[in-house]
Amino acid sequence: MLILECPYCGVAADETELSPGGEAHLVRQGPGSSDQELESYLFGRKNPKGVHFERWRHSYGCGKWFHAARCTMTLEVFATYSAQTPVPPKNVINAIKAKRPDWEGWT
Amino acid sequence: MKRYSAFAIAREAARYHQGWERAWAAPTPKAHYDVVIVGAGGHGLATAYYLGKNFGITNVAVIEKGWLGGGNTGRNTTIIRSNYLQDPSAAIYEKARSLYETMSQDLNYNVMFSPRGVMMLAQTEHEVRGYQRTAFANALQGVETKFIGPEKVKELCPIISLDGPRYPVLGALYQARGGTARHDAVAWGYARACSDMGMDIIQQCEVTGVRSEAGQVTGVETSKGHIGCGKLSIVVAGHSGQLAEMAGFRLPMEAIALQALVSEPIKPCMDVVIMANTVHGYMSQSDKGEMVIGGGTDGFNNYTQRGSFHHVEETVRALVETFPIISRLKMLRQWGGIVDMTGDRSPIITKTPLGNCFLNGGWGTGGFKAIPGSGWAMAELVAKGEPGPLAAAFGMDRFVEGRFIDESVAAGVAH
Repeated sequence: MLILECPYCGVAADETELSPGGEAHLVRQGPGSSDQELESYLFGRKNPKGVHFERWRHSYGCGKWFHAARCTMTLEVFATYSAQTPVPPKNVINAIKAKRPDWEGWT
Repeated sequence: MKRYSAFAIAREAARYHQGWERAWAAPTPKAHYDVVIVGAGGHGLATAYYLGKNFGITNVAVIEKGWLGGGNTGRNTTIIRSNYLQDPSAAIYEKARSLYETMSQDLNYNVMFSPRGVMMLAQTEHEVRGYQRTAFANALQGVETKFIGPEKVKELCPIISLDGPRYPVLGALYQARGGTARHDAVAWGYARACSDMGMDIIQQCEVTGVRSEAGQVTGVETSKGHIGCGKLSIVVAGHSGQLAEMAGFRLPMEAIALQALVSEPIKPCMDVVIMANTVHGYMSQSDKGEMVIGGGTDGFNNYTQRGSFHHVEETVRALVETFPIISRLKMLRQWGGIVDMTGDRSPIITKTPLGNCFLNGGWGTGGFKAIPGSGWAMAELVAKGEPGPLAAAFGMDRFVEGRFIDESVAAGVAH
């Protein structure tokens, strides 16, 4: 059972209390974008084996969307943080680097 | 290769079974092959087999990082059916189903194909209409299915409860020619036939890089050294994204875990496969007597080959509603596999940005049933460089063009 701490209400929420929302920090594409940009936005995913940044919603709790940095190989959770940011914050990056020195960083 | 037959059993019995050959060779990799296939699961081995059988290409290596058939081929619930709504899906799954019918004879290997029938229960009015529509679509596609009423469902499966606590059984989409097969035997049968054609199946050999020059693949780096190739075929299911990254392109695909479980063996009580998509569970009985149960997918990206207990609980709850007889059964074991889900939940059989590199993946939660059809279509793509009629609609350019193969049955789970 995955347990994520909601950065808004502070509850350590079980997986059953949360809804996964897919990859985080996607740059939204609109009507003016090319077919390739729209395809990449809608369907192209990093799908890494390792550190992954993703969106979660505390559905059966406070209802807020938040972000999590998690390892897709071990299910280890590095950090959860506010969804109101276009890139992962510095402290999250540092928390990951402390545990995964070989990690190539967020791109 | 010595043929398997009743006479062979008698002959070997007379000499204490000393004369059986190894089913496939364990070669060391050569420096170069015409075709290298990454992934010795069902789809990869079937691709190799039909390359040899249909196109005479036998200078082929199938590379596997673990053991052959050890991924999703050995982890699925062995269901075979082709009752899909959309024409491209119906065509490839029906091709696969029809190839399963003669696979044991074709490979001289008993894959225990058992066309015992598959029922997909309709438990809401919408599902009734949806499955009636699928039955009509199947009639036009030449896939034999029919919509049956609840009395027929009860007749075919006496242990079912038609009046569940949440959803009654209002009917079912029934494919009498669907069924199950022994999943390991499918991989083993193809491997034996490929080895017999002179192909090399190289196990415990992980691909660590793809080498290319001027938009063409020249070979792969592996844990057993560099292997050159004329054409590269990537057939690795859950790890498609990793291989694509090595080759320098990105896929519209995500890896998630799907799990299954089996009960302790009991006496025969159910000779049909049942899928209940509204309450969400599916079940059949294996030849060993275990009830084989398909669970749900985790909703998040995941490369761990295990499941989670709350999904087991959901699945088992649904099945106890549907089959009250199983409420006291003990579960024997539970496991997970990594499935590759595409945006429209249909597979990708495609050319790639590298001219001589081809990819077959994205079968998501429903790949086992497709193995022979997928291999057939992929072999044609690899041999000719262009997709044939079975694969044409499954190119990954469909995501740019918005030409999705949107399967109503592809719920993302019971696919």
